[in-house]
Amino acid sequence: MSELINDEVIEYVGILAKLELSEEEKEQAKKDMNRMLDYIDKLNELDVTGVEPMSHVFPVTNVFREDIITNADSRDRILANAPAQKEGCFKVPRTVE
Amino acid sequence: MQITDISAVELSRKIKAGEIKVLDAAKAVLEKIDALEGQINSFVTLDREALLKKAEELQIKIDKGECNGPLAGVPIAIKDNICTQGMLTTCSSKILHNFIPEFSAQAVIDLEKAGALIIGKTNMDEFAMGSTTETSAYKVTKNPWNTDHVPGGSSGGSAAAVAAGECFAALGSDTGGSIRQPASFCGVVGMKPTYGTISRYGLIAYGSSLDQIGPITKNVEDCATMLELISTYDEKDSTSMDRVAHGYATDFTSALVEDVKGFRIGIPKDYIGEGVDPQVRDSILKAAKALEEKGAIVEEFELGLVEYAVPAYYVIASAEASSNLSRFDGIKYGYRTEDYSGLHNMYKKTRSEGFGPEVKRRIMLGSFVLSSGFYDAYYLKALKTKALIKQAFTDSFKKYDMILGPTAPTTAPRIGESLQDPIKMYLSDIFTISVNLAGLPAISVPCGLDEKGLPIGVQMIADSFEEKKLIQAAYTYEKIRGSFPTIQKGE
Repeated sequence: MSELINDEVIEYVGILAKLELSEEEKEQAKKDMNRMLDYIDKLNELDVTGVEPMSHVFPVTNVFREDIITNADSRDRILANAPAQKEGCFKVPRTVE
Repeated sequence: MQITDISAVELSRKIKAGEIKVLDAAKAVLEKIDALEGQINSFVTLDREALLKKAEELQIKIDKGECNGPLAGVPIAIKDNICTQGMLTTCSSKILHNFIPEFSAQAVIDLEKAGALIIGKTNMDEFAMGSTTETSAYKVTKNPWNTDHVPGGSSGGSAAAVAAGECFAALGSDTGGSIRQPASFCGVVGMKPTYGTISRYGLIAYGSSLDQIGPITKNVEDCATMLELISTYDEKDSTSMDRVAHGYATDFTSALVEDVKGFRIGIPKDYIGEGVDPQVRDSILKAAKALEEKGAIVEEFELGLVEYAVPAYYVIASAEASSNLSRFDGIKYGYRTEDYSGLHNMYKKTRSEGFGPEVKRRIMLGSFVLSSGFYDAYYLKALKTKALIKQAFTDSFKKYDMILGPTAPTTAPRIGESLQDPIKMYLSDIFTISVNLAGLPAISVPCGLDEKGLPIGVQMIADSFEEKKLIQAAYTYEKIRGSFPTIQKGE
């Protein structure tokens, strides 16, 4: 089995993914990810030399529209979904000391 | 015959003719729901009083002639990852347990404009990640044909609700088969249109380059009718395709024609080979034979690359998911952890407590394949594989009008069987996933029952923008097949 995913990689991926895993979850994630990567390595059988990576199936790029406000003011309804709000703003934990 | 036995189009016809009241249709589905929900668990949100009130308002509009669309008055359910203004939309996740959208998805707006009665939100795999509807944070939906089995997923709630008569039609979403596979498992029709056909505005994103909304219905006519209503160009979705302007008409109901003479149909050898349940294979070949007898030209061929679709999909879908789901941070909406110290700790704890194991698994994998050092080896490689898969389909459609095969290699597995082995679960999507990678349209139509009495679905795939060919072939097949057995429950 692939051993690409070790403790160090799990820590790093946890930082990227903004997830805090328990020790048990980390062990499971290591196993799961190594197994998935083994499986994904099947793609190495393919010769993709000279193939352009395809991110979008149709050649659509830069779709623009006029920057015009079409919706009504919905601030209060949007804020109603926020876990915390104050004076018409989202309330977040202190970020600057 | 009960009201809930008729199709969506037929119901609307009767409502407009004054034979059935909207309120009676609404009450009929509520009765079904009362009788069956305890066993099936299709819905996560249902507001009975609002529904009855809306039904009465709609009746007035219909009586005045202000609302005469093909689905006017029809009770329709919506998958819980599609935003509905003022109605909870949770993606069956704890992290969105209290989220009430401020706007409706364009597809919902289109349906409501046409007079559909939105009745509630259906259960799904959390954030559409799963093939069984078991990863929902709220409940496990059961297959109405046999409640020991899963309904499929991720749109399992929508498919089960349609199959059980708890609604007349439903919207689902399909990233790797999430409409077609549950439709197949529940004995109903499900379609994923060409990428860009239905606006993704208001669909909570999983894999944006793969996601499409689509109908889950009782028959092909309902499917074509619903698809026609929601295939509108939408400038709010930058990947929405102005089909009409590009010469790809959306008058799908005009293809409800019983004729497949000269249709060239290819069956990929890999789609009926090893790993496919023999009963599923026989049923698919019987469906192909039926079309052949009506004048279609059927042959087997090598599609190629079939076994590379699932690994490429999991790299691409997970990568996109890791990016899309970064918006769930405990600030703008949804769940926020109780105790934390500082911003980053709040993010981490909120997300770790709010997401379930399958979602975390995919976010972790996606973050990894996009990380520096591994991006080329995994993500770029998968995108190149996607290009090759697309090319293989393009080459096939030079020879064939459509590709036919099973929607899934087996019928619905038993509850609890699939989650023990993620890779095995992922492999069950082998025939549906490549269609999303290539952005193609595909439909699943019920074609038989296995010896356990569980439904089998035949999948038809066409080239981009060729939905009408699919609808015509599916409609013709449905006529040959005759009425599909219905579930007699809750009487």
